[in-house]
Amino acid sequence: MEPLLAFVIGGLYAAALFMMLRRSIVKLVIGLMLLSNAANLLIFTAAGLTRGVPPLVPEGLTRPDGLSADPLPQALVLTAIVISFGVLAFAVVLIHRAYVAVGTDDLRRLRDTDT
Amino acid sequence: MSPEIALPILIPLLSAAVSVALWRHMALQRSLAVLATGALLATGLVLLWEVWHDGILVMDMGVWPAPFGIALVADLLAAIMVVLAGFTGFAVTLYSLVSLDREHENFGYYPLLLLLLAGVCGAFLTGDIFNLFVWFEVMLIASFALLVLGGRRTQMEGGLKYVTLNLIASAIFLTAVGLLYGMVGTLNMADLSVKLAEVEEQGLVTVLSLLFMIAFGIKAAAFPLFFWLPASYHTPPVAISAVFAGLLTKVGVYALFRVFTLIFTHDVGYTHNLLLWGAGLTMLTGVLGAAAQFEFRRILSFHIISQIGYMLMGLALFTPLAVLGGIFYIVHHIVVKTNLFLVSGVARRLRGSYELRDLGGLYRSAPGLSVLFLIPALSLAGMPPLSGFFGKFILVRAGLEAGAYAIVFVALLVGLLTLYSMVKIWAEVFWKPAPESASPPPPPLRGRERLLLYAPISAMAAVTVAIGLGAAWVYDVAEAAAAQLLDPALYVEAVLGRGRLQ
Repeated sequence: MEPLLAFVIGGLYAAALFMMLRRSIVKLVIGLMLLSNAANLLIFTAAGLTRGVPPLVPEGLTRPDGLSADPLPQALVLTAIVISFGVLAFAVVLIHRAYVAVGTDDLRRLRDTDT
Repeated sequence: MSPEIALPILIPLLSAAVSVALWRHMALQRSLAVLATGALLATGLVLLWEVWHDGILVMDMGVWPAPFGIALVADLLAAIMVVLAGFTGFAVTLYSLVSLDREHENFGYYPLLLLLLAGVCGAFLTGDIFNLFVWFEVMLIASFALLVLGGRRTQMEGGLKYVTLNLIASAIFLTAVGLLYGMVGTLNMADLSVKLAEVEEQGLVTVLSLLFMIAFGIKAAAFPLFFWLPASYHTPPVAISAVFAGLLTKVGVYALFRVFTLIFTHDVGYTHNLLLWGAGLTMLTGVLGAAAQFEFRRILSFHIISQIGYMLMGLALFTPLAVLGGIFYIVHHIVVKTNLFLVSGVARRLRGSYELRDLGGLYRSAPGLSVLFLIPALSLAGMPPLSGFFGKFILVRAGLEAGAYAIVFVALLVGLLTLYSMVKIWAEVFWKPAPESASPPPPPLRGRERLLLYAPISAMAAVTVAIGLGAAWVYDVAEAAAAQLLDPALYVEAVLGRGRLQ
C-alpha cells in the first residue's frame, strides 16, 4: 500500500506544481488545492499505514491491547484539511474579486505591484 | 504549571471574538482593541519579568503532560517577542483610530488585527511543531483578509501574490512536519530535539531541515524567496503595512531561530553555512532593490528584506555573541521598522502621496515629523548612539571573532547603502521644496488626530533612543536569551523534566 500511495502523492505534487506554473489564476488555485491535498496524504502515509487494528481500548484495560494504529496522524490531517478548506475558500473569493477588479485571469498581466 | 503563559494568546483571541459580536458598535470595538492590545503589552512585560527571574516557563494545555499534549513554552526569546508584539499592536491600534477610514473599520479591521496578534503570539509561545503550523495559519488568514480589506485593484494583485506564496510555504511546512512525524513519531519540539539526535540516517534529517528552512525562509522573506513582500506590503492602508512590516516576517525569523537552535543542530557546518549565504544575499538584494525605488513604502519594504539578512547572520554564525546580536537586532528592527511605516503614513496624510517626487517641503511645514523620521532612519542605518548601531556592532564583532570576514564586509556595505536610502528619503520628502501640485493639499492635522498620529511614533522613537542609550540592559537580556537558545538541554529539561519528577 505504501509504494502505491507514494506514487499517488508524488503525482499530486507534480500536478500541483504544473498547475501553478500555468498562466491562469483559476489553474493556480487548483494547483494550490492539489498541493495541500498532497501534503495531507503525505502526513497520513509517512506516519505508517496499519490495517485492521483501530486504537480502541478494550473494556477493563487502560491502554490498547498489543499493536494498534496511530490515531495522531489522522487528527493532524483532519486539522490540516479544515485549515486548507478555510484558506482555499478565501483564495477562491479572492480570485473572483481580483478578476472583477483587474478584468483578466492572466497572471502575466498582474504586474502593477511588481517592482 | 504556569497558566499565565496562555494569556498573550487568550486576550487577543477572546477580544477578537467579542469584537465580532460588537460588529455595529464601532466605538466599543475601538476601545476594546485599545484595551486588549494594552493588556497584551502588560502581560508580555509580566511574562518577561517572570521568565527573567524563574527561567523557562511551561504550561501543558489540557493538563496532558508533554510530549503527549501540546505544551506552551515561554523562554526569554519568546517572552521578548511577545512584548514586542504587544508594543507594536498597541501603537498601531492607537494610530489606526485616526488613520483608517470608516470603510475599513466597518469591515472588521479590529477583530482581524486582534486575530493576527493572537496568531503571532501563539507562534511565539507554542512548544509543538504542528501547533506552530496552526498558529501560522491563524496569523496568515487574518493577514490575508487585512491585506485585501478595502478591495482596491493593487491590493487584489498584491494580495494574490502574497496568498499564493504563503500557501506554498504552508504546504512545504506541512510536508516537512509530516515527514518529521513519520521519522521520529513526535511533534513536541523538546522531544524532537532529543529524538532526532538518535536517528541513524542523519542525511534525512538534513533534508528535512532544509524543507523547514525553505518554508520559514519564504515567511521570513529571505533570499531568494522574498518576492511576495515588495509586491504586497505597499498596497494596504499604512497601519496594516506597519503591523505587517513589524511583526509578520519576524515570526518567520523567530521560527528559524527556534528550529535551528533547538531541533536541527546536528550538522551546523552545512545548514548554518547555507543560512549564512542566504543572510548575505538577503542583505544585498534587499538594499539594492531599495536603491531602485522611488516610493516611500516600497523603499521601506525592500529594507525589511535587507534587515532580515542581519538577523539571519546572527543565527547562521551560531556563536553566543552572534545569536545575541541576532536577538538584539530583532528587538531593534521591529520597533524601528514599524515606526518608519507609521511616519510614511503621516507624510501621506500631510501631502496626499507616497511617491517621492510628489512629496517635499515637510522639513519646513512639519519639523517635528522630520526629527521623528530621522531617529528611526538613522537607527536603521546604524548611526550611534541609536539602537541599530549596537545591533550592527555586536553582529560585526561576532563575525570578526568567527573569522567570517566576507559577511562582515557585506554587513558594513549594506549599512552604508541603507544610509544612502534613508538620505534619499530625507532629501526628497523633507528637504527639497514642496512641488507645485494641481490638487489642493489635504487639511492640516489638528487636535485628536494630531495626538493619536504622533503619540505612537514618538513613543517608538523614544524606545529606539532608549535601546541605544540603555544598550547594556538590552544586551544583558539578549545575552541570557541567547544562552538559553544555545543550550537546548535547558529547554528540554523545562518541558520534559517535570514529567519524570512526578
